[in-house]
Amino acid sequence: MDTSEPVIIIKDLCKAFGSNVVLDHFDLTLYRGENLVVLGKSGSGKSVLIKCIIGLLRPDGGRIEVFGQNVPELRYEELDQIRAKVGFLFQSNALYDSMTVRENLEFPLRRHWMHTEQKQVDELVHMVLESVGLPHTVDMMPAELSGGMRKRIALARTLILKPAIILYDEPTTGLDPITGMEIIELIREVQQQYQTSSLVITHDLKLVRLAGERIIMLIDGKCYAQGTYDEMKTSTDPKVRAFFE
Amino acid sequence: MTIASFSGSEPGNNVQFMSDYSINKALLDEIGDLARFTARFFREVFRPRYEFSEFAHQCFVIGYKSLALVGLTAFILGLVLTMQLRPSMVRYGVEAQIPAMVSIAIVREIGPVITALIFAGKIGSSIGAELGSMRVTEQIDAMEVSGTNPFKYLVVTRTLAATLMLPVLVVLSDAISLYGSWIGVNIYDVLSLKLFWAQVIENLAYYDAIPALIKCFFFGFAVGIVGCYKGYYSKKGTEGVGRSANSAVVMASVFIFILDLLAVQITELVWYY
Ligand SMILES: Nc1ncnc2c1ncn2[C@@H]1O[C@H](COP(=O)(O)OP(=O)(O)OP(=O)(O)O)[C@@H](O)[C@H]1O
Ligand SMILES: [Mg+2]
Repeated sequence: MDTSEPVIIIKDLCKAFGSNVVLDHFDLTLYRGENLVVLGKSGSGKSVLIKCIIGLLRPDGGRIEVFGQNVPELRYEELDQIRAKVGFLFQSNALYDSMTVRENLEFPLRRHWMHTEQKQVDELVHMVLESVGLPHTVDMMPAELSGGMRKRIALARTLILKPAIILYDEPTTGLDPITGMEIIELIREVQQQYQTSSLVITHDLKLVRLAGERIIMLIDGKCYAQGTYDEMKTSTDPKVRAFFE
Repeated sequence: MTIASFSGSEPGNNVQFMSDYSINKALLDEIGDLARFTARFFREVFRPRYEFSEFAHQCFVIGYKSLALVGLTAFILGLVLTMQLRPSMVRYGVEAQIPAMVSIAIVREIGPVITALIFAGKIGSSIGAELGSMRVTEQIDAMEVSGTNPFKYLVVTRTLAATLMLPVLVVLSDAISLYGSWIGVNIYDVLSLKLFWAQVIENLAYYDAIPALIKCFFFGFAVGIVGCYKGYYSKKGTEGVGRSANSAVVMASVFIFILDLLAVQITELVWYY
């Protein structure tokens, strides 16, 4: 695996909602196979960034290249092909609450790969549920699951398409520290088992320390600083320090 | 043309900032957004891919959900209408005309409008709440990244199902109302069901039934599209979901009356000239 090959390149990304400038010439590069963490405080535009990458929000300016294609310029079909390769774990999980766990997992499969046989679908469902350690929940409704279980099922739904990149939007927020720890473990396991590149967005320092190989600080809509956890922790910049105190 | 449906939580924000002086602007903005939403419906409805199975499922859900309520109200309506009408009819000695009068009132106006209003209350609100909570919990975004056009999958199917199911419900409700009316007649008189129906049929012309049925398609469409519009652009938070459901019913009900007014004018024009 060539780890120097970039899979996502963001250049000069700008996004504002009316007079509220959220992203202001933001830059980022994600290399194949790495775990990159974007750290920023609440409301700094982390979710906006990740939604621009997947094409859910249209940026006001700048380039977002995913596998060499500029996302804001793609047509619907081309965007769908990119989305099949990029998994997205929503902050709110976004499980379909009118569907069972099985139907939730089958949904992206049936949609992206239309002609998959039922037997293969069943195998994949079973496999991803094994990966997240919840095979017994297959016929339950999302409302019957706990917060941590829902996060795992949401992760399973992202994994089922075997994405090359996974975007995690605050995977540990709203979970107790122990469950949060389990999710961090799971993210690392998934990373090794599925050989994905991950972009993790968070304000949880424990997650940053354990899962991030490289850290980008998103402050004032810009890529304010980047480096390893230790480099950031010993930084003398007051805005960076504020996170670690 | 780039991406057709960015998650689009921008429109529909107008009412929130409504103060006295901007109330008209907010209303106009709202109508503009709804018109654009409707235009998008017509663009997407003919374009593949077609979501047949979700459409069939929605027809079942929408039709079936309203059946009991529509049936009950229709029955009571027919019965009460007949009983209220009777004293006046007796005074002029024309109580034999009750079946004719009731049938025209029900088929032309009361059946379609009352059923549509109940439909708006039941289905408009449930579509508004369903799509609203899907929007708020990012399920609509999740659909979009799962290779599904949520507008087609959610909005087109539900709107079409509502358009198709309301006329069916109205035909049923008319029949049940007339049955109720027959029972109303029999409280005081003896009239066989066969004779009652014969009188009803004799007095109803195509002119009564066909335009009434046609306007039901428009009523159904209004309920579906307004419910979807309100839900699709729901604002964040559980309060937003409640408001979507509520304003879907209000707006759909107003549209039903406006459409009814238009329908009667158009029918007059078309039939007489
Ligand atoms: N659809 C939208 N319309 C208008 N403003 C928006 C929209 N989405 C986000 N914003 C604004 O963008 C800013 C950043 O929001 P975002 O959700 O990205 O924050 P975040 O960094 O993910 O925070 P959190 O950690 O709380 O999730 C906020 O000020 C928010 O008000
Ligand atoms: Mg966020």
